[in-house]
Amino acid sequence: MSCKKKALVALIGSIFMAGASTALAGPSAKAMADTCAGCHGTDGQSVGPASPNLAGMSAVYFIDSMTAFKNLEKGAWSGEDARPATIMNRIAKGYTDEQIEAMAEYFAAMPVYKADVPHDAAKAKKGAAVYDKACSKCHDENGALADDDSGILAGQWLPWMQYSMQDFISGNREMPKKMKKEVKKLSDEEIEASLHFFASQK
Amino acid sequence: MANFTRRKFLQATGGAVAVSSIGFPAIVGAASKKVVIVGGGVAGATAAKYIRMADSSIDVTLIEPNTEYYTCFMSNEVLSGHRKLDSIRVTYDGLKGHGVTVVHDTVTDIDAAGKKVMTAGGKTMAYDRCIVAPGISFKDNIEGYDAAAMEAMPHAWKAGNQTVLLRKQLEAMPDGGVVAIAAPPNPFRCPPGPYERACQISMYLQAKKPKSKLIIFDSKNKFSKFGLFKQAFERHHKGTIEWVSADNGGKVTRVDGGSNTLYVGDTAHKVDVANVIPAQQAGAIAIKAGLTDDSGWCPIDGRSFESTLQKGVHVIGDASIAKPLPKSGYAANSEGKTCAAAVVAMLGGKAAGDPSLVNTCYSVVGPDDAISVAMVYDLKDGKLSKVAGSGGLTPTDSSPEARAREVQYAYSWFENIKADSWG
Repeated sequence: MSCKKKALVALIGSIFMAGASTALAGPSAKAMADTCAGCHGTDGQSVGPASPNLAGMSAVYFIDSMTAFKNLEKGAWSGEDARPATIMNRIAKGYTDEQIEAMAEYFAAMPVYKADVPHDAAKAKKGAAVYDKACSKCHDENGALADDDSGILAGQWLPWMQYSMQDFISGNREMPKKMKKEVKKLSDEEIEASLHFFASQK
Repeated sequence: MANFTRRKFLQATGGAVAVSSIGFPAIVGAASKKVVIVGGGVAGATAAKYIRMADSSIDVTLIEPNTEYYTCFMSNEVLSGHRKLDSIRVTYDGLKGHGVTVVHDTVTDIDAAGKKVMTAGGKTMAYDRCIVAPGISFKDNIEGYDAAAMEAMPHAWKAGNQTVLLRKQLEAMPDGGVVAIAAPPNPFRCPPGPYERACQISMYLQAKKPKSKLIIFDSKNKFSKFGLFKQAFERHHKGTIEWVSADNGGKVTRVDGGSNTLYVGDTAHKVDVANVIPAQQAGAIAIKAGLTDDSGWCPIDGRSFESTLQKGVHVIGDASIAKPLPKSGYAANSEGKTCAAAVVAMLGGKAAGDPSLVNTCYSVVGPDDAISVAMVYDLKDGKLSKVAGSGGLTPTDSSPEARAREVQYAYSWFENIKADSWG
C-alpha cells in the first residue's frame, strides 16, 4: 500500500469515526442508498447499459464524485471542482455532506461487483498491455481495488467509462496529474482498448 | 423451503387463515408476521422484494391477477416500433426467488378491522399488515368510452394488450392519416407520458408515413416538462405534432368508437387512429376498501404510507396521494422501499424511520434526444417534501451530447428499475 493510500484509509477512518460519534438525524444510510437502485441497480449492482455499479466503490471516490456533482451548477456542463452530469448534479444537491458520507460508507462496505459487460475481446486483449504500462499503478488489481481514491473500473459499464474518458480528455472533468501524464502518451485506440479491458474483468 | 411448506399446508387446509405460523417448522415459538400485498406493479413488487431482503422471517404474499406484467414505462417505444413488447414484459419469478408467495387471483375486498383480504378465487387471507398497490382505474369523464370504444380507441395507459392494439392500428393506418391523442386532466399516471407518446409515434410516422399528422387534444393548458416538450415538438416534430390546449378546443367530452370520432363539445374530429386516455382515480379495490377520499385517491401518512383512513393498510404507487411526488414509476419504486422499511420496523414493534425518496423520469423525445426531471424528497413536519435545492428539469439549452447521454441513461434506468422492482 502506497503512502497516499494509507493516508486515504486514515482519512476514511476519521470520517466514519466522526459519523459514528454524531448520530445522524433523518433517513438512514440504507433508506437513502436504496433510492439509487432505480438507476444503479439493487445494492449498487447495475444491470446496465450506461450507469455505473456503486457496490464496493471506495468511500473517498464516492464522496469525491457526489461532491463534484453537487458543485456542478444546474444547466452547466463544467465548473470549479465539478464534473459533467446530466441528472446527477440535480440529485446530489438533495443530500448534505454528512448524508453523502453515510451513503459512501454503505456502498463501500459491499463487495465489489463486476457486471457482465458486453465488450470487444480483441480490444480487451490489446487493452491489457495498455493497462500494464499506463493504468496499473493507480487502478490496481485490474481496476478492482477499492481502497483508494481511484474509481473501480473492473466490470464497469462501457458507455459510462467512455463518457468519463470523453470528459477527462475534453477537460470538462479534471484529470489527476498522474493520469494526465499517462493519457497524453496514449492513442485514441489505446484508450478505447483499455476501457474494453476493464469491461472484460470478471 | 419454508414457503413451499407453507403453501402446501395452506392448500391442504383450503386456505384456512387461523393457522398463521404453525405450518412453519423452521420457526419455533415465534409466530411469523404476515404481509399481504395487493397488486404486482412497480410499487407492490418492490415492497414485496425489499421486505424479504430486509427480514426473511416475514411471510410475504403478493396477490396479482396477471401472471406477467407489462411496464408502462418504455411502452411508448413499443408504439413507435423502437422496441419489442417482450422488452417491457416482466414475470414474477424474481420475487419468488426472494421467497415471496405469489398468488394469481383478484382481491375483491379488504376487511381492515378483521385484518384479512378476500379474493375472487374464494380465498380469505389474514395479514398483520396489508399493502395496497392497485394502480389506477378510469373515471367516466368521456361519454361513450365504453368497453367496445376502449378496443376501437385504445387508451394504452395500462401496458400489454392495449399497447398491442394501438400499435397495430398505427401500423394499419395509411400514409396521410391522422392520429389523435386525447390527453387526460390532472392528476394522472405518468404526467409526461402522453407527450412522450406523441414524440414516439411522430418518429414512427416521419419514418414510415411522412404525410401523416398527430394531434394532441388536451384537457389541460399546460403539462409536465412543458417547455422541453414544446422545444422537442419544434425541433423534431414540426409539421407532424399539433398540440391543442383545453382553451383552444382540446377537451374531449365524448367519443364514438364506431366512427373513430372525438367530440369537443359539438365539434367532431374524425381521425384514423384515436388514443383516448380518460381521467383517472385509484384502482378499484382501493375504492371498494374505503381507502380513497373525495378526490378518488388514497390519503396516506408520508412516513409509512399507512392509510389515514384504514389502520394497518398501506397504500403505495399511483393510487396514493404522495404529493409532491408524482405518479411515476420511479416514485412507485421509491415508495415501495419506504413502505417496506416502515412495515418491517412496525412489525418489529419499532417506529418507522425517516424516509428518503427520489423521482427520476426520462422521456425520449427524438433521435438521440431525451429529457428528464428529478427530485429528492424527505419528510418535513410530518409531510413529504421536496429537498430544497435538489432536482429539476433538463436545461432547455443542454448540448446534443448531454441529450444523447440522457437517452442512454434512460435505457439504464429502464433496465435497472425493472430488475430492482421484480428481479
